[in-house]
Amino acid sequence: MLRFMARRLVLLVPVALGILLVTFLIVRLIPGDPCIAMLGERATEAKCEEFKDRYGLNDNVLVQFGRYIAAMATGDFGESIRFSRPVADVIAERLPMTIELTIFAMLFSTSVGIFLGIISALKPNSFADTFTMVLANIGVSMPVFWLGLMLAYFFALVMKDTPLFIPPSGRLSSSVTLVNLVKEWGLTDLTGFRRFVVYFISNSAITNSIITGNWATLKDALWHLILPSMAVGTIPLAIIARMTRSTLVEVMQQDYIRTARAKGVWERKVVSSHAMRNVMIPVITIIGIETGALLSGAVLTETVFALPGVGTMLVQSILSRDYPVVQGFTLIIAIIFVVINLLVDVSYAYLDPRVRLE
Amino acid sequence: MTSNVAILDVTNIKHTSPGREAVRRLFHHRSALVGMAILGFLVLLAIFAEQIAPYNPTQLLRDVDRRAAPCIHILGCPADQPEHLFGIDGNSRDLLSRVIFGSRLSLQVGLSTVGFAIIIGGVIGAIAGFVGGWLDDFLMRIMDVLMAFPSLLLAIAIVSFLGTGLINALLAIGIVSIPRFARLVRSTVISVKELEYIVAARSIGATQGRLLFGHIIPNSLTPLIVQATLGIGTAILDAAALSFLGLGAEPPRPEWGLMLGEERNSIFNAPHLVFFPGVAIMLTVLGFNLLGDGLRDALDPRLRGTGAN
Repeated sequence: MLRFMARRLVLLVPVALGILLVTFLIVRLIPGDPCIAMLGERATEAKCEEFKDRYGLNDNVLVQFGRYIAAMATGDFGESIRFSRPVADVIAERLPMTIELTIFAMLFSTSVGIFLGIISALKPNSFADTFTMVLANIGVSMPVFWLGLMLAYFFALVMKDTPLFIPPSGRLSSSVTLVNLVKEWGLTDLTGFRRFVVYFISNSAITNSIITGNWATLKDALWHLILPSMAVGTIPLAIIARMTRSTLVEVMQQDYIRTARAKGVWERKVVSSHAMRNVMIPVITIIGIETGALLSGAVLTETVFALPGVGTMLVQSILSRDYPVVQGFTLIIAIIFVVINLLVDVSYAYLDPRVRLE
Repeated sequence: MTSNVAILDVTNIKHTSPGREAVRRLFHHRSALVGMAILGFLVLLAIFAEQIAPYNPTQLLRDVDRRAAPCIHILGCPADQPEHLFGIDGNSRDLLSRVIFGSRLSLQVGLSTVGFAIIIGGVIGAIAGFVGGWLDDFLMRIMDVLMAFPSLLLAIAIVSFLGTGLINALLAIGIVSIPRFARLVRSTVISVKELEYIVAARSIGATQGRLLFGHIIPNSLTPLIVQATLGIGTAILDAAALSFLGLGAEPPRPEWGLMLGEERNSIFNAPHLVFFPGVAIMLTVLGFNLLGDGLRDALDPRLRGTGAN
């Protein structure tokens, strides 16, 4: 197992270098003078010289790339043009929201998706099966942002004044605020990676409220996450349900299932321990593949629900040409995506010994 | 006499080519039929948009309330008011006409981006699979890196340096779809190129180009057709997403994603403006997905049953 993980980590190196190259090129490929592109109307001859000096744009491209990698390795993502503060701080402020949303959407889609898949597979062609599969087909065809808007309309307007009312926008109710843990702990002058972690914990409504023991805030934060998580999770849910169904139908016809039944194992146990262990392998692969959809969906859904996450910041930064921020966010999302895929591979190897021995 | 009997026998044998067999299976496939019906309807809408749409999609109407709800005569809307089945949008335009014209744009978007990705990705994949060696490694590592980004986010990043606009958004979506087709074509080329008939063609002196374009690629088309059909759905969704974020099509173009984006804040007071363009996107994507599933089952019987049906 350790050897497997080590080999997977080594394979990550070329991909990581490639990701760095792509994010490096994003800024270099902007048509025209990067100085004018970045400074816009404020660009003058002298300012451009200063700008090029500061960003080392007068050096050889390879030297620039080397310096870029070195800076990224120490967590230095440059400085935002729009906010005049480190990009790392902007990321630490916005990333927690997107991560929370992605995790909750993933929990929603896997739990409900696997459940629906099992129900359909155990009674093929029943009403529940047909219904689930029609729903799954519609689910994969919906635009995430449209589903988000429709959910907001239904739960916030149609269900208004009923217990089913769910708030349609924002991270927290306006009466609820988070304690600034960074100030509370007197850690304002931390630098590098530790600063990032502390800011991240402080800015995540969930970790923050758990640490401070503020259960009302935690409840409010989770309440605001329901609709966005449902919107983001629906497409992966549909795909997971289809995958679970087709794999389970196949597995249930295997000899070892018949053997288990013949020796008198309870049907429930046949499904839960004999069949599901084998169903989980392709399902986990699908979950890994869908992580990209979840992250993209989170970015789109934040816009709909006015959530202060990566997506809203990314779009604003593109429209206002704040390239260091675009670069930083693209890089961090790619890294998260790659790391999650690595975790999927590891769990794959854990579930299926054949993968380890290859 | 015997020869006559023989002739009768021959005419009685039902001639079924593999292609005809695949078409027959496709037309007996429930979800494929639904998919083809939806797409046929959309294609007709797109072709005859001028004749079907009651108004010009960008025409500003007078004497109507902005964001007015749908007015349908048989559902009780007073007959003295002009009929607007989908209502009026925020710029006092007829929403139905905009949705109808949107079908034209959406189909063009799907076909052009996937066409672009298939041509570039197909060439890359075919070369990588056919030539092999370091070139294969090099090309596939580039594809790995592109696939290390969630596709929509990479498209957003590409738009950030190309600049916003419909053409740039399409280019970005086309670029991020390349790796999928490159990998697919590469793997099928590799599996086909060692088969006996390719070896036979090589042994009678067929040139490399003839082997690749005359024998290998035509025999690798099946998975490509399936993937392309499914890819069109994804491309339409991604293009709508970029336009929704304000990075793609520009007003007053009747693009469904843009229409949703423009009116997303009206969801509580004029939900019809969000509802109808979204349903249009969903139906279109559903059509391509259902047809794709059907094609997979019809063209490759080995894979039957792995999809929804």
